[in-house]
This record gives sequence, C-alpha cells and structure tokens, in this order.
Amino acid sequence: MAMQKKNQFVWKRKHLLGLRNLRPEEIEHILDTAAGFEQISTRSIKKAPTLRGKVVVNLFFEDSTRTRISFALAANRLSADVIDFTKKSSSVSKGETLLDTAKNLEAMGIDTVVIRHSAGGVPKFLSKNISSSVVNAGDGFDEHPTQALLDVYTIRQMRGSLKGLKIAIVGDIAHSRVARSDIWAMTKLGAEVTLVGPPTLMPAAVKQLPVRVSYSLDDIIEELDVINMLRIQFERLGSNPFPSVKEYSHYFGLTVERMKRAKDDIIVMHPGPINRGLEIESEVADGKNSVILQQVKNGLAVRMAVLFLVNQGAAMRQKVKAKSQKRKA
Amino acid sequence: MKLLYSATIMKIILDSNKIDKIITDLAKSIVSAMPKQVELAVIGIRSRGEILGQRLGAKLSEILEKDVPCGTLDITLYRDDINDPQGQGQPQVRSTEIGFNIDDKIIILADDVLHTGRSTRAAMDALIDLGRPQAIKLAVLIDRLGREFPIQADFVGHKVDVPTDESVQVNFVESDGEDQVIVE
Repeated sequence: MAMQKKNQFVWKRKHLLGLRNLRPEEIEHILDTAAGFEQISTRSIKKAPTLRGKVVVNLFFEDSTRTRISFALAANRLSADVIDFTKKSSSVSKGETLLDTAKNLEAMGIDTVVIRHSAGGVPKFLSKNISSSVVNAGDGFDEHPTQALLDVYTIRQMRGSLKGLKIAIVGDIAHSRVARSDIWAMTKLGAEVTLVGPPTLMPAAVKQLPVRVSYSLDDIIEELDVINMLRIQFERLGSNPFPSVKEYSHYFGLTVERMKRAKDDIIVMHPGPINRGLEIESEVADGKNSVILQQVKNGLAVRMAVLFLVNQGAAMRQKVKAKSQKRKA
Repeated sequence: MKLLYSATIMKIILDSNKIDKIITDLAKSIVSAMPKQVELAVIGIRSRGEILGQRLGAKLSEILEKDVPCGTLDITLYRDDINDPQGQGQPQVRSTEIGFNIDDKIIILADDVLHTGRSTRAAMDALIDLGRPQAIKLAVLIDRLGREFPIQADFVGHKVDVPTDESVQVNFVESDGEDQVIVE
C-alpha cells in the first residue's frame, strides 16, 4: 500500500564532479528536480527560502560570464549567501596554492564550492580535501556537467525524451569539456551521439567513447534530430588544427545553406559564447530552430536543482553519520 | 512479500463511500461559510492534497454553478527539514502548478492529513510568495491530533487520534488504486 514511498529515489551525492559516473536515474532525477525550479523565475517574488543560511562560493580560476552569473543567480534565488571569487583579485596572484585557498574558505564555513579551473580533476581533488560540497563548473578538458545537464534538459523539454534521438556534437571536440559531459549525459539517456569535426580536433582516445565519429557534416546533417555547435576555442588551440577559419566554416559551420538539408524541426544548440559567422551563421543562431537562449534560461533551473541536491545529499550523509555515531556510543 | 511486517495491524478507518460523502460535506460547509460574491479558488498540497483539492474543486464548481479554479502547490522548497531530514524518504522537488492569479481570492488550501501543522506552515509561506490572497482557509480530509505548530483547520472532514508510532495513510484512486484511509 505504501509501496510508492518505498520505491522512492533517494539522492545521496554531496558533490557534482561530473556525469561520467552518474547513473541514468540520477541524471533523470536532476532534470525532474530542475523542472520544479523553473516556476520560481517566472513569478513576482523570484526567491525561495530553501538554502537560507547556506554559503556558496563561486571559485572561478577561469573566465566565465554565463556559468558564473547563472550559478550566482541560482544560489541567490534559493536565498543562499554567495561569494564571488576571481583569480585576478585574490591571493592566488600572490602565489597561494589551490588547496590553501580552499582550506581558508572552508575555515570560514562555506557549504558549497562551485569551481572552475583550467586543470582537469581539480574538483575531485577538492572534494577529497575539504568538507564542503563541490560542484564542477568546468575543469580543463574533463567535464562541465551543468552545461550538459541544461543541454539534455532543453532537449527533453522539446521532445519529451532523448531515447533514439540522433545528436551531433560539431567542432572542437578535443578541447571541449562540454562535449565530454554531453556525451555521457546524452548516451546515458538513450541518444545516439556522433562527433563531427576535422581529425585534428578529435580527442586522441575517441575510440573509447560511446560515440560514432564523422569527418563530414554534410554526410550526416540530414539524419540529425539535434545539432550542438561547439565554439572554436582559439585560446586553447596550440597548433594550427585547420588551415584557415574560412575553410573550417566551409566544412563544419552551420550555415543557412546547410540548414536547408536538415530536418525541419532540427534543434540547434550552442553552449556559448558564439563566434558568429564561424561555427554558426547569425541567421541560424537567431533562427527558428535555435534554442540557444532557452539553454541559458534552463541553465538557471538546472543549477538551482544542483545546488539544492548537493545540499540535500550533504544533509542525508550527515544524518547517516550521526546515526552510526549514536550506535557506537 | 511483507511477511516480516505481518504483525502490524492495519485498520481501514474510511472507505470510498465515506470519503466521497466527507468531501461533499466539506464542499457544502465551505460554500455555506463563504459570502456569496467572493472569488474562491482551491489549491492542493502535493501530492494527496492535490487530489483532494481537485475533487473539492469539482464539487464546489457543481454547487456554485461556476468554475472554481484549482491549482497544485509543491512545498518542498519551503519545508523546515531540508538540513535535518526526517523519516526514511527524501522530499522531492516537483512543480507548483497554479494557472491563475491568487491575489484577492479566498484560497481553500487542501491537504489530506493535518498532523504536526508543519506542512501547512510551509504551504502558507509558499503561497504568499505567489501573491496576496484575501484569505487562506485550510480544508483537510483527516485531522489527526499531534500539532507541533499553532495551526488549526477551518474545515475538517474526519478527526482521528492515533498513537505517534502509527501512521495515517490516505489513499486515492488516482495515486494508489483505491480510495481508503488506513491506520497502521
């Protein structure tokens, strides 16, 4: 009779470090939770008291507009106190190590650390060394879980489910943490993912990923349900992976011409910031198939959900710990 | 499959006929207590309160011969046990679905069981973040003793007094396959 209660999913994670190790039902749970937060942003009082008294620090060692503001706004809407940290105005420029910085923040009673760093694995390292919850806001070429979550959230919102959808991730895969998190999220939810780009921008270990690879966008454009155009990350390109920007656009850019061959209802995505006219033409980025701004909007709900869940997970762990201490005593 | 628990005594205190009659009576007493010209709306607390709210709304619409708007309130974000989870389960955030403006309406807040009063407190806080209703009135199917907050219902379907280690479970066709109220 009370069956329903017993089968209920329980979120136990205190950190969100990546999507690679998440079970499909955990990803679904984050998305379902995010749906409950959407409504907060549409009403006149855009705030709930849920994380009142909690402190969230945005620890960004790399530049960011969308993600940093989105996390700060998400925390604000849940009534948490938010502290913004940027590398330039901190003691990091005086030579303080990452761990020392984090330990100091921990000593001040921070509940959640949202971290972005140019080195992969930093969020995991932090989670093992401090008692706060850690949320990965992008680490090196590793993962950017909340971006992928908002991507799959947006697709699910449009299509109901990702099962059987054909999705292409196009461009600079090698330098893209968004691509990696997307691959995990999308395939775990049942989509077929194809990576598209020049061989020079494919990751070395692409064979180990659950994806197909294509070196020609024209070969597959007609069959796609979703296309995710990645930004060419000039700041990370060491060598010359393609002869010229023009040539790249010609083969891999999402142009008005190319869109004519795509399905009528293809979903066009981009994680931002956009290089207009390079990986995507302005008419397409602003066109009827584009959900680029919807992605940004959904990012807020998804990040509220993530901040809520890691705090809920931390509370669950605390409870289990207290119980076992009681038993020992 | 639950042989281990077979010692638990399960008692059905209300069946579907009684439940239906109680909801009808609730609707009647709400109508007779309200001034004629007032704008009524029903908002149910997820999840069993939502179902009670819908049924109550349907009966009210029938009696008043006009459409009484219904909505659903998710109170998870307003609960007082996020940092100190109670019981076995974990509250899950779901959406609040209220498709009308609550300003200046009399809101009938519907819940299946009123026990500690904590859910009602959370619901009131959640409601006033959505607007400024003229009044909030509480209607419950079961009023169980054991209040921890100074909160009382305006409209009560059925009163019970059961020991704290027993639970009162309201089942509805929509969520559980049949209408009944159980004490176990």
